[in-house]
Parts: sequence; C-alpha cells; structure tokens
Amino acid sequence: MTTTAAPPPGKKVNRIGLELVEYKGGKTTLCAGCGHNAISERIVEAFYEMGIEPERVVKLSGIGCSSKSPAYFLGRSHGFNSVHGRMPSVGTGAILANRQLLAIGVSGDGDTGAIGIGQFVHLMRRNLPIVYIIEDNGCYGLTKGQFSPTADLGSRLKTGVVNDLPPIDTCALAIELGATFVARSFSGDKKQLLSILKAAVSHGGTSMIDVLSPCVTFNDHEGSTKSYSYVKDHDEPLGEVSFVPYFDDIEVDYEPGTTKEVEMHDGSKLYLKKVAENYDPTHKGAALRLLRETSERGVYATGVLYVERNRPNLVELLNLVDEPLATLPLERVRPPKAALDEIMESLR
Amino acid sequence: MAPSDVAVHESASEQTTRRITNDFSIQVATVNGSGSQTANLVLLRSIFQMGVPVSGKNLFPSNIAGLPTWFTIRANKDGYIGRKKEIDFLVAMNPETAREDVMTLESGAAVLYDEPLRLDALRDDLVFYAAPFDKLVVPVCPNAKLRKLVRNMIYDGMLAKLLDIDLAEMEKALRKQFGKKAKAAELNRGALQAGWDYAEANFTKRDPLRVERMDKTGGMILIEGNAAAAIGCMMAGVTVVGWYPITPSSSLAESLIAYMREHRVDKETGKATFAILQAEDELAALGIVLGAGWAGARAMTATAGPGISLMAEFAGLGYYTELPAVVFDIQRVGPSTGLPTRTAQGDVLSTAVLSHGDTKQVLLIPSSVGEIYQMAMDAFDLAETLQTPVFVMSDLDLGMNTWMSDPFPYPEGPIHRGKRLDRAKLAELGSFGRYRDVDGDGVPYRTIPLDGLPPYFNRGSGHNPDGKYSERPDDYVNNLDRLARKFETAKTHVPKPEVDDDPEAAIGFIAYGTSHWAALESRDQLRKEAGVRTAYLRVRAYPFTDEVKAFVERYHRVYVIEQNRDAQLRALMRIDLAPELMRNVRSVLHYDGLPIDARSITDSVLAQEAGHDGMTTE
Ligand SMILES: Cc1ncc(C[n+]2csc(CCOP(=O)(O)OP(=O)(O)O)c2C)c(N)n1
Ligand code: SF4
Repeated sequence: MTTTAAPPPGKKVNRIGLELVEYKGGKTTLCAGCGHNAISERIVEAFYEMGIEPERVVKLSGIGCSSKSPAYFLGRSHGFNSVHGRMPSVGTGAILANRQLLAIGVSGDGDTGAIGIGQFVHLMRRNLPIVYIIEDNGCYGLTKGQFSPTADLGSRLKTGVVNDLPPIDTCALAIELGATFVARSFSGDKKQLLSILKAAVSHGGTSMIDVLSPCVTFNDHEGSTKSYSYVKDHDEPLGEVSFVPYFDDIEVDYEPGTTKEVEMHDGSKLYLKKVAENYDPTHKGAALRLLRETSERGVYATGVLYVERNRPNLVELLNLVDEPLATLPLERVRPPKAALDEIMESLR
Repeated sequence: MAPSDVAVHESASEQTTRRITNDFSIQVATVNGSGSQTANLVLLRSIFQMGVPVSGKNLFPSNIAGLPTWFTIRANKDGYIGRKKEIDFLVAMNPETAREDVMTLESGAAVLYDEPLRLDALRDDLVFYAAPFDKLVVPVCPNAKLRKLVRNMIYDGMLAKLLDIDLAEMEKALRKQFGKKAKAAELNRGALQAGWDYAEANFTKRDPLRVERMDKTGGMILIEGNAAAAIGCMMAGVTVVGWYPITPSSSLAESLIAYMREHRVDKETGKATFAILQAEDELAALGIVLGAGWAGARAMTATAGPGISLMAEFAGLGYYTELPAVVFDIQRVGPSTGLPTRTAQGDVLSTAVLSHGDTKQVLLIPSSVGEIYQMAMDAFDLAETLQTPVFVMSDLDLGMNTWMSDPFPYPEGPIHRGKRLDRAKLAELGSFGRYRDVDGDGVPYRTIPLDGLPPYFNRGSGHNPDGKYSERPDDYVNNLDRLARKFETAKTHVPKPEVDDDPEAAIGFIAYGTSHWAALESRDQLRKEAGVRTAYLRVRAYPFTDEVKAFVERYHRVYVIEQNRDAQLRALMRIDLAPELMRNVRSVLHYDGLPIDARSITDSVLAQEAGHDGMTTE
C-alpha cells in the first residue's frame, strides 16, 4: 500500500511515511475566513502529525456549512455527509459495523443543538468511540444567519433581532450526560486546538469538542458573542494543553505541581499546565462549576474540561468479536443447520 | 338454578343431531393480563397436535392489564386459516363484554360461561354451558394469589371434554408451554383435570362441534410471523440492528435478540457476532442501519407505521446515496396512533414512495410465516444487490398471530453481497466512480471503508457519476434516470407474483400479504356457493413485474383485495398500468382492524357483480 512506500528523499513525512498533502481534502467552498476552515486545517495537521493511516478514518457529518467541511480534509478517507442532525446514528452504525474504524464527526451548533439534540444526547450517553466536533458559530450559516440554540442571550443578528432565549452549553450538557472527554477551544487558537484534537483521537470513547468558530458572513459583528474579536478577548484558557502521543518520547518540561498528566486510552499522555487553581479535569463537579462560573462572567473556559478514563465504550459494552462485523465470513454469521433444526423442533 | 345445572333450550337441543367436525371457530373472551394466553395457546396446540389445521388470532387492546381481549382459534379440516367471521363457540370469561359477545353470536352457537354472569337468560337460540370457575379453582390451587392465573386452564379441560379433544394432547401441549417450569405445569395440569371432571359430571353435550384426529399437521410448526422473520434475519447473517419499540414490531426485534444470544455468541469467548442497539427513536434506528450498511454490514430495523413516518428522510438518503438497508414494517391500523393493536395494510402506498422528491422504494410482501422467513433472507440479498433500502411489508396479523407452517428449510448456497469493487474489477475499469453505470443496469459498484480500494464521499446532495458534488442539471437528470433504470433492474430480482389462472373465469382476484388467506377461501366460496369462477394473482413485491399487467389484461374484471380504505395497491397499479386497463379494476376493501375474512370478500364481490356499488366490505 502507498502508506508504506518509501518517501522521496527530501520530502517531509510523518512516521508512516506520508506527506502532509496526503491528509488534505478537496478545495473548500466555505467563505474565506470562516472559522470552519481553520478547524479543517487543524484536523489535517493532527492526523498527519499523529501518523494515522487516512484509510482507517471515516468522516461523518450532518448538514450545514460545518457539515460540508469533511469534504475539505482527509481526501483519502471515506466520508458520509448524512442528514441534518442525525450524524450520531450513522456514526454509531458505521462503528458497530467495523470497530477498526477511527471516526471523526463534524457538526454545527444548529445541527447538534437544535434538530440533532436528541441524537447528540444519546451519543454522549453511549460513549461510542468517535471524535465529535461542534463547529460553533452561534448561528445557522448555511440557511443565512438565523439564531442557533447556542447563540448567547442578548446577542444580535445583523438584522437587529436580539436573542432573548438562554443558550445551551453543549459542554456542560455533554458532561451531565456522561460524555467521557469534553473540551472547548477556539478555531483561531492553533496550538490549543491541535493538542486537544490529538488527545481526542487517542481517547477511545466519545470525545466531544465544542470549537468556537466565528461565521464571518453572518455573525462576526459587534454585539455577537461568537465573533472573532469577542472570543479572542473572552477566551480564558484553563492552561496550556500539551499532548504527547504514546509513540513519541519527547521530554515534557512542565513543572510537577502545576501540571496535570492524564494518560489516554492508548497510553499517550495529555498534559495540562494550570492557570486556574485546583482545576482537575477528571472531576465532574469541578468541570461543571467552572463552566457555570465562567459563563456567568461572559467568558469561555477553553481547554480539556473533563476526562473520564477506563469507562468501556459502546463496542466494548456490546462485547463484539474482535474482527469487524461487516466482513465476517458467512460461516460465522449463519448458524449451522443443527441450530435451525433445534429451533424448528422447539416449535413443533 | 343449582350451580351445576345446565341451561337447556328447546331450539338449541335440536342441533345435537348434527355433527360439525373440524370446522369451527372458538373465541375466548377474557381480560388482558389475566394469564389467558397460556390457556389459549394450549388449546390451539392440542388441536394442532391432533392433526387438524388451526390458526390463532389474538385481538387485544392497547393496554397492559384490565381491558377486554379475545382469542380466536379456528380449526378447519380444509386448511383455511384466515379469520372466520362467525364464532361457533364462545368462552365468556369477561364480565365487561359477555353480554355483547353473546348478543353478536349467530343462532345455534355454543357458550361456555362463568356462572355468575347468568348469560343463559339473554337468548334462547344458543347452547349454554355454565360453570362456577371461582369455586372450581379453590381446591386446584391452594395459593389464592395464583388462582387468577390457573383459573383459565379450567375452561381448557371443559373444552377438551365438550369438543372431544384428547386430554393427553392438552397435557402435552401444556408441558411444552411451561417448559422447565415443572411446578407451574403441575398446577395447571390439575386445573385442566378439574375442568374435564366437572364437564363430564355436569354437562350434556348439546352443540354439534367436535374435533377428530386428522393427519394434516404432521411435522409442521406453530410460529408467529415476527419470530419467523427474526429467524430469517439471523440466517441471512444480519450483524447490525437498530430498533425502537413499537407494537406490533417489537417482538420481531425481541425474538431476534433471543435467537442471536443463543446462536450467535461464541460459547468460549462470550463475544457476539452482532450488535443490536435499542435506539432513541426510529430516525436513529434507520440512521444506524444506513451507517452500518455503508460500512459494509448487513443491517436491519423493524417498526410500524409511526416509525415509518419518522424514517422518511433517511429512507430518501438511502435511496439517493444507494445504501443497503432492510426495514420490516409490521403494519397496524391508522393514521396517527390509530388502533395500535389491530391489523391493516395501510402503509403500502406511502412506503413505496417513502421520502420526498422522486423516491421509489422496493417492497417485499409476505403472506405466510414461511414466506417472511424466506423474504427476510431475500431482503438482505436484494438490498445489497440493488444497493437500496428494502421494506418487508408484514402486518400485525402475520407478525403477532400464531400460524402453522412446514418447518423452514435451511438456506443452501451463498448470500449475495452485490457489486463490491475488487482489485481485478478496478484494474479492468481503470478507475473508480461510485455512481458510474458500468454494466448498464443502473447498479453501480461500491467500496467500503478499510477494503483497501478507492474511497468515496457519500453525500445526499447532488452528485455526478464519480460521486463528486454537482449541481449541474444534466448530472442530476442522468443520476435520477439511472436510478429509474435501477428500479427496472429491481423487477428482474424481486419475487414474482403467484398466479393461479383459470381460462374459464371472467373474474380475477389480486391480493397480497395476509389478505391472501381470506382471498383463497373466498374463491372457493364463490365457486361452491355461487358457481363463480375466479383466477388469482398474489402480489409479492413492488416494483410490479410484467405478470401483473398481463393478468389484468387477461380477465374482464379484476378485484384488488386489500386491508385499507384508500385502495393503496390499486393506486400503485395506476402508476404502471394504462388507464383503459384500470377501468376494469375494482376494489374489495376492509379496514376495521380485524383481519379480513372470506365471507366479507365473497359478499362484496357478489354485490359488485350484481351491479351494486358495494365497494367496501364493512
Ligand atoms: C430537515 C432539515 N431541515 C432544515 C434544513 C435546512 N438547514 C440546512 S443547514 C441548517 C442549519 C445549519 O446550522 P449549523 O448546524 O449551525 O451549521 P453552520 O452552517 O452554521 O455551520 C438548516 C436549518 C435541512 N437541511 N434539513
Ligand atoms: S456562512 Fe458563515 S459558517 Fe457558512 S461558510 Fe460562510 S462564514 Fe462559514
């Protein structure tokens, strides 16, 4: 396979010999400057730097500008752009069919918070192994700027309409629902988003990342709490996030005492250098308190907010055979004649 | 009247000279949640074991306990297993409905009733047998708490005596019903005996009904359609199931879970070769199925009308992006909640075009438990061969009622997984385009994740033959035309109708699904009672194959028999057949929630033939 071919000399490649370009997708058709594009770029970098075979990855999405973006990264991976708000179920079916797949789902705040809130809720409960990204711009981009359920109280549409309904905090909701990896970041924070993405990929259960991603066309003006400038000013990182894949042996120079080390599912390590005092990402109550406290101040706490390790994911819970169900040979999925005879006998 | 007295009526006593053997229906009226199901199945099974063709239909309320329920057993020496309209023997155990149940009987019918109900005062043209069930149960079952459950077995014992059912066969049926629960079996055996003893000591046989041994059920099985479908799915090698509970489909998924746990879990490792997930709703259920199908698994769901409505958007995605999926629709009555525990064929039209835009879905329509077993397997083959959702249109009557059948044959031969690209084919084609019509049959090649072949991006938005995003008018038209071509190809794969021609007949019947059984019987009634000959075509799939058109052309008048108000299958025929042809096509419609019966068809057809405009049977 091409992934194992020796790279031409002089080209920069990752640990499986692939160049960055192998992780790119089609040319984006989103607006120039759209936060979603920046997220796609980070996804490309994360998978490249982690040396993941693109063929192992499946990209899933619902409907929206955000949900279009899987066409713009990982062109060597299969993709499934489904229907509005229903990507979680499609992802569930795909992963159950083939447990060896590495799933990344991209949704929008409307796709997740409105039409898809039901499927989102149950995805968080199930702990399906998937990286689930909400590209959160507080509005419906694709249908031209209506409010979404994450629009902040008091935020204003270009037309002057004010949102007077409280927003859904998808991170707090995910934590409440039993999600096992919950993070928030900002499309403009390259370093933090990249680290979070890598940690999310290593998690092995549902990794939910809410990425604030300004819509430059409909929601990037004064008065919008999800505009580029607002988020930049009101982003309160929990600390520096650093991620070390299990195959790297880089020394990390975080000082003990101020650094929290979280070992991921596959043995890789997530380091959180603290700014906030006493913040423990493995403590549910603390995470929820932090989210409430920061949102009351109009601030977004960013970073890895919550991690629960060692909870079995859905594939483990269902105790599936090791091989993908999709490709089991007939003799393993059709019981022998004796079994049918036995059933028939019981019905006589 | 002394409690052991039997009501004797002059007019009824005249009938004792007549004998009606192996041709009657028994209806047991009870309250649901009272444990009558076991007694009813024991009764059904004992007649079956005596070699007499039987069928059992449970008419139950949408409620857990306390509302009336009726179980009807039909024994018929000629093998008619559709519903019989008239009740010949009523077992009246429900005070709520007893009066009305008795009042609706035809003259001459027999009634076994719980003595305090005093039903014998209601009519003088019936045969009454009264028994003090509450008294009889006390010595049989010292534990007062269990009496309610054991009480019903007493009427089985009485019926055994009255109808000449071999008590040993009843005991055998009882042992089968209780399986390993020996204590419960013993308690019920006592009740059976008590009923028999009471009947022997107190009843004088005054009705003409009798069961006599035959040899028409040897080697056969008794099963519900939902269990039969589940066995078919397991044999088809299903691996991923998403479902959401809804009557009357739940027992399909639940039997499947039970069978799969038994036969598809590795005995050593405890690991499963399947994933069955109860989804949050039917949208998610079909989403799971499509996601799994896209990734290469054989996946299915089971639902009923309300679930079908919710699945509409995903059904269109499946059609348009060409993904395999198997959906069982166990149809029930109604728009909205309707009558959730009654039967209908009311989803045929909406499912054939399920979703928005120009969508056409493939339907398989089974009539029997044996056929739904086979069609479950066919559905998976078809879904992968055609790369499209396939809907198996069952109904409550087939799904939840008890039917006899020959044992199901073990599937020999391979399964068909459709056009999967492989290296050789890729080399031959040079390159891969997901929606290219390489073979001219409208069915493209596909790849699945991790198969080492070129990936594609599955999208519900407009796409060109290479699967790339496209809003070009010509791409859209070409794609839709290819999908239409594929639907033509489907005609060569779906099961053909079953046709019984009669060159001397002017009339043709078209029926499908469970209407088949009443249609068959009505044909015989028409021939024997009115000298009217009929030809017959049983539709087994949509798209229709050419046989349907040819059949309509061959006969002067064609009656399409269906269990819905709007003549839904006939409406589908209108799409395919010329208006001149359709002018000769009439309808027999039945939509009261009860399974269609032969008498209603016969009456409707005779009325229409006589020039009346009685288009419906009710
Ligand atoms: C069933 C259904 N209803 C409505 C739509 C129209 N629609 C398309 S995208 C969208 C909103 C997308 O908003 P969001 O998820 O926030 O994504 P964004 O475009 O902002 O990235 C809507 C309502 C649809 N495609 N399907
Ligand atoms: S409309 Fe907004 S969300 Fe959509 S592509 Fe443009 S900037 Fe991005």
